[in-house]
Amino acid sequence: MPPIRSHIRFYLNDRLVTLSEVAPDRTLLDFLRLDRVMRGTKEGCAEGDCGACTVLVGRLDASGLIYESINACIRLVGSLDGCHVVTVEHLGRTDGTLHPVQQAMVDYHGSQCGFCTPGFVMSLYGLWLTNPEPSLPEIEKALQGNLCRCTGYAPIVRAAGAISNYGEAAADALEVERKTMRDRLQALRDGHRVTVSSPRGPFIIPADVDDLATIRQEMPDATLIAGSTDVGLWVTKFMRDIAPVIFIQGLMDEITVDDGVIRIGAGVSYSRSFATIAEHIPQLVPLWDRIGGGQVRNMGTIGGNIANGSPIGDTPPPLIALGAELTLRRGSTRRTIRLEDFFIAYGRQDLVKGEFIESIAVPIPPPDVFFAAYKISKRRDEDITAVLGAFQVHVEGGIVRDAVIAYGGMAATPKRARAVEAALIGAPWTITAIEAALPAFEEDFQPLSDWRASAEYRMLVAKNLLSRFFLEMHGEPEVSIQRHEVA
Amino acid sequence: MDTLVERKSIVGGMSAPHRHDSGHKHVAGSADYIDDMVEPAGTLHAYLGLSTIAHGDIVAMDLDAVRSAPDVVGVLTSDDIPGEGDISPSHKDDEPVFAAHKVTFSGQPLFVVIGETRDAARRAARLAKVTYRELPPALDVAAARNAGGKLVTPGLTLERGDVASSLADSPRRVSGSITIGGQEHFYLEGQIALAIPGEDHDMIVHSSAQHPDEVQRMVARVLGVPAHAVTVMVRRMGGGFGGKESQSNLFACVVAIAARTFKRAVKLRPDRDDDIKMTGKRHDFVVDYDVGFDEAGRIEAVDAVFAARCGHSADLSRGVTDRALTHSDNAYFYPAVRVRSLPLRTNTVSNTAFRGYGGPQGMLACERWIEDIAYTLGKDPLEIRKANFYGETERNVTPYHQTISDNILGRLVGELEASADYARRRAEILAFNEKSPILKRGIALIPLKFGISFTMLALNQAGALVHVYRDGSVYLNHGGTEMGQGLHTKIAQVVADVFQIDLDHVKVSATSTDKVPNASSTAASSGSDLNGMAAENAAQQIRDRLIAFAAEKYGVAPGTVLFEPNAVVVGDKRFSWAQFAEQAYLGRVQLSAAGFYKTPGISWNRDAGKGHPFLYFAYGASCSEVTVDTLTGEYMVDRVDILHDVGRSLNPAIDIGQIEGGFIQGMGWLTTEELWWDAKGQLRTHAPSTYKIPVVSDVPKVFNVSLAEWSENHAPTIGRSKAVGEPPFMLALSVFEALGMAAASVAGYRIAPRMDAPATPERVLMTIERLKRADLGA
Repeated sequence: MPPIRSHIRFYLNDRLVTLSEVAPDRTLLDFLRLDRVMRGTKEGCAEGDCGACTVLVGRLDASGLIYESINACIRLVGSLDGCHVVTVEHLGRTDGTLHPVQQAMVDYHGSQCGFCTPGFVMSLYGLWLTNPEPSLPEIEKALQGNLCRCTGYAPIVRAAGAISNYGEAAADALEVERKTMRDRLQALRDGHRVTVSSPRGPFIIPADVDDLATIRQEMPDATLIAGSTDVGLWVTKFMRDIAPVIFIQGLMDEITVDDGVIRIGAGVSYSRSFATIAEHIPQLVPLWDRIGGGQVRNMGTIGGNIANGSPIGDTPPPLIALGAELTLRRGSTRRTIRLEDFFIAYGRQDLVKGEFIESIAVPIPPPDVFFAAYKISKRRDEDITAVLGAFQVHVEGGIVRDAVIAYGGMAATPKRARAVEAALIGAPWTITAIEAALPAFEEDFQPLSDWRASAEYRMLVAKNLLSRFFLEMHGEPEVSIQRHEVA
Repeated sequence: MDTLVERKSIVGGMSAPHRHDSGHKHVAGSADYIDDMVEPAGTLHAYLGLSTIAHGDIVAMDLDAVRSAPDVVGVLTSDDIPGEGDISPSHKDDEPVFAAHKVTFSGQPLFVVIGETRDAARRAARLAKVTYRELPPALDVAAARNAGGKLVTPGLTLERGDVASSLADSPRRVSGSITIGGQEHFYLEGQIALAIPGEDHDMIVHSSAQHPDEVQRMVARVLGVPAHAVTVMVRRMGGGFGGKESQSNLFACVVAIAARTFKRAVKLRPDRDDDIKMTGKRHDFVVDYDVGFDEAGRIEAVDAVFAARCGHSADLSRGVTDRALTHSDNAYFYPAVRVRSLPLRTNTVSNTAFRGYGGPQGMLACERWIEDIAYTLGKDPLEIRKANFYGETERNVTPYHQTISDNILGRLVGELEASADYARRRAEILAFNEKSPILKRGIALIPLKFGISFTMLALNQAGALVHVYRDGSVYLNHGGTEMGQGLHTKIAQVVADVFQIDLDHVKVSATSTDKVPNASSTAASSGSDLNGMAAENAAQQIRDRLIAFAAEKYGVAPGTVLFEPNAVVVGDKRFSWAQFAEQAYLGRVQLSAAGFYKTPGISWNRDAGKGHPFLYFAYGASCSEVTVDTLTGEYMVDRVDILHDVGRSLNPAIDIGQIEGGFIQGMGWLTTEELWWDAKGQLRTHAPSTYKIPVVSDVPKVFNVSLAEWSENHAPTIGRSKAVGEPPFMLALSVFEALGMAAASVAGYRIAPRMDAPATPERVLMTIERLKRADLGA
């Protein structure tokens, strides 16, 4: 067993914070606003959807020290061990001079009521640190997770494009401090298991994945939390007791490519996976860019998206269509199952007590195979899926040799369209054959009506997505709407 | 400021594009909203317990578990209110603070729990055991009509000419119905109030409210104390949009009752989900219409009924439904007209004010029949619009018998048509749609005319307080509230202009009922019109006294006392503004003044549906182009051009901000913002995860916004400016019609699209499918 530490340590702006008693469900936002009376960071929704609470969290990963925007309202304090939290209070200089991001926002009239503004400032700051001259699509992507009800965003976008006229990112305080902060965070890494207790119950941070495997067997009913983009709402909206908690932030965050397979550690965030996905499965880029907002992508993990078993998670349908497999681990025992078999029924997954997802193996589709995934939602960005269709079709000699089609939002779990696949396999790759396969959707799915979409719309659009897939693969121009020209 | 450097003009005078007066604090996180204020020692936290059914009798309310929960200080119900228990802003006695016997909507407050922490109170509130005898709810317009059509307030009729015979004699006729959805305000700062008790039952309430005067009266009412015992303060709101015009009363009253009971400060901030469930929204409408017109598309008669879901109580529904009718003409002359409102009582949250106040719904219905006429005749809707514009000297009387004397529609629309290159682009789009099987495009150009003034006459008054201190600094307080619209900046500019001093010499303080009494709601776009004039009046009084003082002291003619930038010239002497202020003090000049303004020349007889309710009209026009995916209903707003009339702008930067922001908010209303109730009357879209306001990538790819710089208000408003808060919201109507055109292309434009609002991707796709089927059937 690794040595145990009974407190967490992280940097808040320029100060080291040590907490030996903190509840497993204490959110970073409440910690800032209530415990520290630092009230520049606002609560707009307490569910990670409005971005008013955006702060940056710096952490060490394989590439060094990186700073990412996150939603403080659903980030739990226990997950911050070894991190550097940067809030809006840290931006301005002590003489009252505003930071370039802030001054640009003032000069371009980027605030009206001002309540969302600190969150926008922090998202823009996170962007500017890594990308001082962002393009319009990059600005839009960085601000997807920030809602403004007053300005209509136009002045904020103008400000975002002008920040570099106000100062040099390379001279920014965080950049200057980066080396010392890297050393300071490195010094906090002691390889210990962390166990913290509180009147609201305990939480544990395993020292490594083997330690997790041990702890998981000892505490099979503990809540396992990676990005907390889902569990955060259990806390803020349902006030559910989640103790005891095992925080796995930072564990299993390797992503590797080997022999045509991308292996994604269960703790890899959407953001961290982006470059690898974009390189090897570029068809997924438009979908990846529409998962949550930037803050959610920086927190949420692909493993969590699978483990929570939601029928409307964004990653299971494409991963099923790609033939992904899960490696499940219990103690030192591992087993591998097909992702599609993991989802048994609504709220029920193939996961035994003491077991957890360790990694996801995603075969890279061969170049001669057609693959695409399409998300339908009420609002294009930062919305939850109404219907998501993913298609992998292999055509040879004008005949469909193989087809794997999976949908989200059409059943109680992410589910393959087996009847549709059967109707296509062996048929010619023509619009006539596609149309002939459409009635098979009725065999595969009986979708529900809810506030995201009616059953009627879900069925119709599910069918039409297959038509879109055919038309796009067939090389028809102008089949779907692109916000920006694809580079 | 003690400088004699001569400058041509002051910094931040009227018409300067000056930044928001709190901008530097917004970006630093140092602008205090109520939840950011440091609480007084021992502050308690309140949380409301809400009904979980839409309609029924309360059989029993067991609150024992709530009372005995950890860190709970107490629980209050309707029995614990010291004064009156009703806070209806329209004095209808239909809005209890806490429901006692009957529940009339899901999310209705039943009790409040007071705890040492917000978390404790919130957890305890969920422990109530309430037993109901459920009654069938009437949830929407159709159900309310079926249940007998009970009204929350009497409907209005506007009538001119003989509608029945004009309709019968019209060469062409079209009738139909449109369903128009509501809208959640989604102010980023939710409802909140903090009450601090004092001696003599005095109470200070910090409230995120657009109408502090009403909060003061309501708090006094529930506490059973005179108004003078209650002070309500509003430094700023994190957005209002109408949602804090009457809806803030509840939260302020509850904390005041609790603060009085427990003799400690009490704060109440509902979670976002509860905020959305328990506060009113924009009214949704079903409008049935019958319109007669000629072969050129010129309207001869309009007969329409506007049925609105008002919710369980009257609230502000009378004014809202009235304004829907007074804007059902938009920019068009109706030779004969009869429009009627049906403000229906339903078992849903009480709908309330929201930017435009019924006007957008009236105008959307109007543009629906314009669209119908165009499709019926196979013409460009813009051609129909122009054929029906109000005239400048004839055909210029509204359905409420006010003659329009400031019409600039022709010039405004003509300029936008040219700058947006409308005709060429429409032709291109028609050609594109011919050859594009999946993606279809649409374009629309729609004008707007919006009447400015409160229809309730008494509200058209304002007060302001100005002090000049001996160092030349100026303190300004007025009755308007700051919710992000830049009102304080504009009013400070007015005062700076009167004294000819740089804007940073003027400080605007929190709106407070003990500084300016009986102030009207900051609503109806009236903030700068009313308060600007009141502040100018106050400043002008002081300026007049200063002139008289200087003229007498230096023996010069008053006309030779000149206010130059940061200086005063008296004959051949020149003083810095601060030197001059000090001299005036020593000369015993009163350097403080209360200003007042009331809007002249307006009148309204609601019973007759006649009068001159609006001092003037604000105009604007927008042209929107969209692309629609006919496989999924997804769409993109490709380009929007706006030309808007703000008269002579008080602050072009702030006005452009209102136009851009109002447009996007209106676009949200008509596109992705959908309120969805289940069959039991529970609102299921009560958080940003389910209720989708626009995000940055919904902004039009090309977004050109211009002010009609040549315009100036015909009415004697402050600096000849025009109100800008609400009108731009309705510029978004062109997005909706453009989506309809793209959909209609699938049936060769032979059938009017008749889409209901909001045009979610689902509704767009279902409209496309309906049009395809109808076209095949035809």
